[in-house]
Amino acid sequence: MTAIAMPKPDADVIARRAEIVKALQAIVPGDGVIHDEIAMRPYETDALTAYRQMPLIVVLPETVEQVSAVLKYCHDNDVKVVPRGAGTSLSGGALPLADGVLLSMMKFNRVLDIDYANRAVVVQPGVTNLGITRAVEHEGFYYAPDPSSQIACSIGGNIAENSGGVHCLKYGLTTNNVLGLEMVLITGEVIRIGGKHLDSEGYDFLALMTGSEGLLGVVTEVTVRILQKPETARALLIGFPTSEEGGKCVADIIGAGIIPGGMEMMDKPAIHAAEDFVNAGYPRDVEALLIVELDGPEAEVDYLMERVATIARENNASHLRISESEEERMVFWAGRKAAFPAVGRISPDYLCMDGTIPRRELPRVLAGMRDLSEKYGLRVANVFHAGDGNLHPLILYDANKPGELEACEAFGADILRLCVKVGGVLTGEHGVGIEKRDLMPEMFSEEDLKQQQRVKCAFDEKHLLNPGKVFPVLHRCAELGKMHVHKGQLPFPDIPRF
Amino acid sequence: MDANLKPRDAKDVCEAVGWAAAEEQPLEIVGQGSKRSLGRPVQSAHVLDLSGLSGVETYEPAELVLTVRAGTPIREIEQLVAGNGQELSFEPMDMGPLLGREPGEGTIGGVLGANLSGPRRIKAGAARDHVLGLEAVSGRGELFKSGGKVVKNVTGYDLPRALCGSWGTLSVATEITLKVNPKPETSTSLILENLSDEEAIAAMCKAMGSSAEVSGAAHLPASVSEGTARTVLRLEGFSASVAYRVKALQQLLKPYGAAQSVADAASEVLWKSIRDVLPLAGTQDPVWKVSLAPASGAVFGKIVREQFGATLFYDWSGGLVWLSCPDGAPHVDEIRKAVVSAGGGHATLVRADAPVRSSVDVFEPQPAALVALSSRLKHQFDPKGILNPGRMYSSI
Repeated sequence: MTAIAMPKPDADVIARRAEIVKALQAIVPGDGVIHDEIAMRPYETDALTAYRQMPLIVVLPETVEQVSAVLKYCHDNDVKVVPRGAGTSLSGGALPLADGVLLSMMKFNRVLDIDYANRAVVVQPGVTNLGITRAVEHEGFYYAPDPSSQIACSIGGNIAENSGGVHCLKYGLTTNNVLGLEMVLITGEVIRIGGKHLDSEGYDFLALMTGSEGLLGVVTEVTVRILQKPETARALLIGFPTSEEGGKCVADIIGAGIIPGGMEMMDKPAIHAAEDFVNAGYPRDVEALLIVELDGPEAEVDYLMERVATIARENNASHLRISESEEERMVFWAGRKAAFPAVGRISPDYLCMDGTIPRRELPRVLAGMRDLSEKYGLRVANVFHAGDGNLHPLILYDANKPGELEACEAFGADILRLCVKVGGVLTGEHGVGIEKRDLMPEMFSEEDLKQQQRVKCAFDEKHLLNPGKVFPVLHRCAELGKMHVHKGQLPFPDIPRF
Repeated sequence: MDANLKPRDAKDVCEAVGWAAAEEQPLEIVGQGSKRSLGRPVQSAHVLDLSGLSGVETYEPAELVLTVRAGTPIREIEQLVAGNGQELSFEPMDMGPLLGREPGEGTIGGVLGANLSGPRRIKAGAARDHVLGLEAVSGRGELFKSGGKVVKNVTGYDLPRALCGSWGTLSVATEITLKVNPKPETSTSLILENLSDEEAIAAMCKAMGSSAEVSGAAHLPASVSEGTARTVLRLEGFSASVAYRVKALQQLLKPYGAAQSVADAASEVLWKSIRDVLPLAGTQDPVWKVSLAPASGAVFGKIVREQFGATLFYDWSGGLVWLSCPDGAPHVDEIRKAVVSAGGGHATLVRADAPVRSSVDVFEPQPAALVALSSRLKHQFDPKGILNPGRMYSSI
């Protein structure tokens, strides 16, 4: 366990464990309440595996009524709750609390309604991201956001994290593809927002819930937009002698009015790791490798392939291949898609970071990372959603060497500070969770964070839902609500009034 | 006393709102005032006029990012980005003509406060989908920022998006960062004639469910289209692509008749008329904006036509119904019941006299749990209830 501290467990709640188990068993019958240590073990971590914590109790409800009753019980009895989907969060969003109930939503696994005329699918939150596409692909449809964990991650978790993916520059994040939700507040109240219609009146709770990292409510039903699959997709594999030239090529593609379906960049260490692993035919003598995928109607894709190839040549590309078949396109992607395991092969452990920068700052940030790599004595490989400036530096370390995890975390924090310094943000798609929690003040002032926490107070005044995530300092709602008012004259009396 | 407070910068806004909070004086938040007759009338002796907070902070076309002050005229922003071959792809509608005002008024703050999107909403997303970052002053008189100035960001709650459509009741925006997109090279519309509402909506839903990437789908019944019903589908993009998709879509829609095509300028005029609801402009009759599941549009249309002879047309593939009440009555209950009969959605009274807007629910009434949650959210941003009180609902 490393430096990130969680809220101090409440000994009183832990002492009441047997009583809480009994109360939850009365709500969720059968095997839906897990309190045996061995059976709870799989829930002790998510995909940020450096952090582990056994929960107080695990509960797996099957109905909205059960979710509501569990939350109401926990609210009335001051028991904390950590909601969990598939447990694939890379930022520790589902890390349990020693004094908290872990609420797994994975029994909510049914597709409820497929409506092709309205291009909408209604699912329960435990359905996997890919499961939605699987349910509609025989009619040519798909669900567009495609996080790399899409085979395992749940749509409920996608809502919590506002998940992105390779195609989100063109097709949007989760938030752009969700039409409606049913959710339960910590008080047990069930609320429905949106539906198959667009842009509901009233406050946009759909926007607030999406990306709220399980702090505001528990999602029990999701309505998403589905799209017809693009007619075709082709890819270009382009190598550059310098990252500057690669970055300029990306800017010129977008400057030409082209929004590719995917545009991924890898730096030299990532290229070599991937090539060693899968033999995708990547050139080893380039500093930056770009995969540009164009999707859409055939006539458009053919036309744009030519334009992108021209732009690449104008930017001094030293290597250029165009996929001539679906197999070849898949080979181009094979190395990129295997980048994480490829890095995992050359290092006992790695930490995947996630910041976004203005694209023009890429050379500066890569140079900064090289300096930091020397400073910390740890290697770093970069994969980069180039179209939207979302960087995924992979820091290589060995958890068995004393001090390396700490050095790796300090290195990662410095990278994110650098992202913020050049005008970027701490996280583009993985969420804040616990991982970036203590860096929030790098990006936001105390006032900014207090106003965010006031939003939390509107949903969960007692801070019972997923506390210890996202915000570095927990302020009591009563304290946040205080106002310092100064009675006085009308402001700026030098301004004309009418 | 009626006083206009006209801040010059964010600090002035903090001061003005701080004063109003201390004195518990409600403020009506106004940009150019072009949308003052929308929503419930605000009872306030003081107007906070943001038209002085105008101008571009930064514009980086290659990053697809634009940061402006909240009072910047929307027309200036559209001209600026057009000069770089870009656009606001949510196609903000201009409410001026419908509300009996000049066209071209309004500020970006107002567009986002009302979450105003045009026909391209169905492909490109709503106004709220194009907001990346925000600086605003809460009802506590405190400046806060949220979001960022890059196109992909999930750091913290998504307040920039969530505050869209809050009609100035939660905070006063001072600076807004937007995502801009390349403007399509060309635009062509396909027009089918003489379809019934049901047939038209079936045709539009079929087109939207195809891979033709339709960026506009509207149906103008004969009563608002010079005696000939017209179903219009828009295709935009690179010319090679549009030409290809026009053919594919014509083929797909053959069962509904032979679709004629109209290109570029003529297509743009047509969509501007749909965007700005010109078929219903020029009278004082009450006008409603109704959002439904697209395939249910005709069910709703049939009910309100039979009940009180509503004049209407459809956008968003049938999911958006604009209707006017030719007898001058607002027909609130009939419309809300028809929405329920059509499977649910929401109806907003867009044009009506102030006394009517004061006395009926302008926005769709909400269930009790949602009303309570909304009140709690309002309280967290504006504990004294001084920002546009009552503009949306009497409770917030």
